[in-house]
Amino acid sequence: MKRRWRALRDALNGPQDLGRSPGFWGVFIAATIGLLLYPASGSSFGLSSLVSFLLYVPMALGLGLLWGYGGILSFGQSAFFGIAGYIYGLVAGNLTGTPAGTIVALVAAIAAAALAASIFGYFLFYGQVSGWIIPLLCLVLTLILATFMGQTAGYQWRVGQVLLGGYNGMTNIPSLRAGAIEFGGTSTALYYLVVVVTLLLYLGLRVFVNSRYGHVLVAVRDDPERTRMLGHNVDFIQVQVFALAAALAGLSGVLYASWGNYMNPSTMDLLAATLPVIWTAVGGRRSLLAVVLSTVALRALADSLAVSGSQYAFLVMGALLLATMLFFPGGIIVSVARAWRRPSRTRPGAREAVEPKGKGEVA
Amino acid sequence: MTERDGRPQQSERLLRTVALTKSFGGIRAIDRLDLGVARGELRCLIGPNGAGKSTLFSLIAGIHRADAGRIFFKGEDITRLPPFRRVLRGICLKFQTTRVYRDLSISQNLLVALALRGPERRDGDTAGRLAWALATFGLDRDGDRPARELPHSHQQWLEICLALATDPDLLLLDEPTAGMTPDETALTADFVRRLNGQGTTILVVEHDMTFVRQIARAVTVLHYGRVIAEGPLAAIEANKDVRRIYLGEQ
Repeated sequence: MKRRWRALRDALNGPQDLGRSPGFWGVFIAATIGLLLYPASGSSFGLSSLVSFLLYVPMALGLGLLWGYGGILSFGQSAFFGIAGYIYGLVAGNLTGTPAGTIVALVAAIAAAALAASIFGYFLFYGQVSGWIIPLLCLVLTLILATFMGQTAGYQWRVGQVLLGGYNGMTNIPSLRAGAIEFGGTSTALYYLVVVVTLLLYLGLRVFVNSRYGHVLVAVRDDPERTRMLGHNVDFIQVQVFALAAALAGLSGVLYASWGNYMNPSTMDLLAATLPVIWTAVGGRRSLLAVVLSTVALRALADSLAVSGSQYAFLVMGALLLATMLFFPGGIIVSVARAWRRPSRTRPGAREAVEPKGKGEVA
Repeated sequence: MTERDGRPQQSERLLRTVALTKSFGGIRAIDRLDLGVARGELRCLIGPNGAGKSTLFSLIAGIHRADAGRIFFKGEDITRLPPFRRVLRGICLKFQTTRVYRDLSISQNLLVALALRGPERRDGDTAGRLAWALATFGLDRDGDRPARELPHSHQQWLEICLALATDPDLLLLDEPTAGMTPDETALTADFVRRLNGQGTTILVVEHDMTFVRQIARAVTVLHYGRVIAEGPLAAIEANKDVRRIYLGEQ
């Protein structure tokens, strides 16, 4: 028991992410308590806004895993977000009144996103597609889906009782429900669900990237050929992580549909396809912590800027991405963390591998 | 080692290529090459630049696909197998230019190489051999040190250890001593000999004739993608053709 506990602690605190000091864990626990106590003092509008920031964290973490750790840049995360959101709406909408209908819809939606990514990823990676072609093909997939969903207006585009809705979108999507608890848009229940999902995902992925598999993933990023020559099935590993990232994007899609009771094609347009890349790059794609923090921060920033017109917000996002690429190629949060630690570094060589870029990496 | 299947050493060909051919553009890098390597052998491949030595390694390891011909390993046709399956069958390559994971620490590098095998599959032999190799090269300390901070020779050695971690029956070493000092070369030569003594079959591509003299019992000379001479080192060094096209150039 004691040994297992120690193994878990080592995995959580392994070298593949920032934040391993007791100070960090102190702040982490304080932040967790703060998040859990927030509903006691916050307004329901504040709660709902916070949910709308946090629900994108799974998608961003998936991209961080795929791009930062696996070296594969994708503009396709919003495609899987959209697939899962629409499938959730379709299944949940047709199963209203059925016990556990929304749970079935949740599972079906995430499975659909992962399956779509496995098929698409199979052709990408077993076809030895590489370099900039991968993100471009992902973007094409996203835009095709957005265009397709955009023309599904009219009564003929109906699955069971649910209308796809074209550019107006799919409406009246039921919120997630477990027994008597409904995770509606402004509910405290949804808030707690999203907070718990975010925390568990973050900690779980920390263990994951510090596992053997996580190390092999980073090895694929740094030198796919060397990794192949150590006996690893690199193509299969890339398909697996692509599917995992899609499943995480799918989880975000389901949370989004459950939160807003609404899904429309603009969740897959050019802008939506770009945003996850910006959140991930600006914080630092090679750190899960940086991805979580920058996603929430940039969502909050965009939200506050949207008051003065939405185009203005996108301009700021674009400028941030440019500034990051020029001055902090490893990400702002990662760069700051490294500068912070350097003077007090006690263990030489205990640094993370946050230098761009690996042989198998794009961008 | 050789008695594993109860067969005598010389009759068992661990690796055999038949009429192996590979062209790049209009140039035949490997030209209908027949090569046989017995289990337990330690053999050097020498030849002038462009003779096809590294290409031959990349065909055996599966990095390149042969245009024609066949490769047999342990009697099985592996010509069309992907590289990782060849590693699982027991072939591992150390690249010509050092290829370790520079951003990862020494222990993380080893973790990647060992990741395929659960603890149950790592028998005492392999683990002991790896530990011995790491100790020989002084890589058993400072496990947290990033590989990029290691001197060049240590990076070469680390890559050999990564290859050993896959528990190969056939180890392909492409210029293992490039850029090493004479002392480091001697240490590497001693290590290669002892590793071979423990049963690993080893093929070495090497330019440094000092190193070849230190390790080789058998030498194969390649020229324009073909074998032009094969035999014990002394006979090769006395061979007129070889002296003319290769040794004479030094």
